[in-house]
Amino acid sequence: MKHIQTLNTKSLQNTVKKGGCGECQTSCQSACKTSCTVGNQSCESNK
Amino acid sequence: MDVNSGSVHIVDDVVYDVLPYLEKKESKEEILKALANSYAPAEIEEALEECHELEEAGALFTEDIYENAIDAFKNRPTVVKALCLHIAHDCNLACRYCFAEEGEYHGRRALMSYEVGKKALDFLIANSGSRRNLEVDFFGGEPLMNWQVVKDLVAYGREQEKIHNKNFRFTLTTNGVLLNDEVMEFCNREMANVVLSIDGRKEVHDYMRPFRKGKGSYDLILPKFEKFAESRHQDKYYVRGTFTRHNLDFASDVLHLADLGFKQISVEPVVAQPEEEYALREEDIPAICEEYDRLAKEMIKRHKEGRGFNFFHFMIDLTGGPCVYKRLSGCGSGTEYLAVTPWGDFYPCHQFVGEEQFLMGNVEEGIKTPQIQAEFKNCNVYAKEKCKNCFAKFYCSGGCAANSWNFHKSINDAYDIGCELQRKRIECAIMIKAALAAEEKEN
Repeated sequence: MKHIQTLNTKSLQNTVKKGGCGECQTSCQSACKTSCTVGNQSCESNK
Repeated sequence: MDVNSGSVHIVDDVVYDVLPYLEKKESKEEILKALANSYAPAEIEEALEECHELEEAGALFTEDIYENAIDAFKNRPTVVKALCLHIAHDCNLACRYCFAEEGEYHGRRALMSYEVGKKALDFLIANSGSRRNLEVDFFGGEPLMNWQVVKDLVAYGREQEKIHNKNFRFTLTTNGVLLNDEVMEFCNREMANVVLSIDGRKEVHDYMRPFRKGKGSYDLILPKFEKFAESRHQDKYYVRGTFTRHNLDFASDVLHLADLGFKQISVEPVVAQPEEEYALREEDIPAICEEYDRLAKEMIKRHKEGRGFNFFHFMIDLTGGPCVYKRLSGCGSGTEYLAVTPWGDFYPCHQFVGEEQFLMGNVEEGIKTPQIQAEFKNCNVYAKEKCKNCFAKFYCSGGCAANSWNFHKSINDAYDIGCELQRKRIECAIMIKAALAAEEKEN
């Protein structure tokens, strides 16, 4: 595309079909402890 | 950003100008006419064509298909997968902003016994269903004040994980005062992550994180943290600070930590009641946002120079981020994640400890108040009025329940200053990704 560059390759809507496996890290266990930082977590099933 | 698909697009001026018309579902003719003075017709048509392609691919103007699924989501089976063990309700520092009130959490000083810790791990295993990875954070107060119990519990966990086909991921949060070679070696063997509390510049750190008699702790802990980070190969740790009204120029603290050689950095806004002199106020938001911008620009510059570092709150995974289920369920407090006090009581998370109406049960009897668990399970972005039209809702998942409770006495509200800052951080995180992607394209 000439006018648009898309940064991501994963559509959130596609993840609905697959369902959540629940193996991902609990967000407060990483560093924060005072805020909710979910968007920066990795998907465990992609590893 | 297309909120519902999570797509992030970098667009040029013509697409940027075309989009509002498309959103209003105006016809091609109307758009050509409206933008005739700004762009050539062929250019507008090209832009329209590209937008149409994205729409077809489900990456633009996508519908919210999640709200309809929310009832099924609320009825989802949940397991406990993480515990925050308050291994010591005691601390050897007297940090001014501590939500744990120098480790005591509105209660008494206490250390967790090995027996209580063992029962907590047993509870976790028994309530984790088929989930294999189990997380246990040794938290406080200061957990190194009860170090032998930490080591004994890790040994117990390692023994039990084999029997039950589980994998414990232990983490430790420490102020560094009692850190020594033996602790570092043990942690490097056993801890998946360590969080090292340091606020940044010496004067900032020492003002907020003094010993009980008032002396600052920076000089004691810094060399130990530097050694620890190196021994972990600059990975699987965070130096973690808090900024307050006293250092609204906190980007200088982040950069100070980066200049010291730390590669994994997290410096986060204090959450405090408005009457505290160090609390962030609404009027501070513009200055904080400017500071996030300054930091983001400096991070891009350093990345290009080959001396980049990670800043936890700017991390965003656009290619392999969490699924929608994770984004709806948020941090999991009160359901997947529980805090355990030294005497074995359960609370929805570490920030609720000491708030008696949130006492959920204990290691002996398990969960005694399913209604509290249900309340947390039903808490999601669609339960929060403020989140409905927010572009960031799938990144913060409705924010921190404890912050919402502290400011509005409801877990289904949102902490407004926190929301403003969260949106700004997501903007910065995307800006960094966009700048780096543009650079890559050029090369």
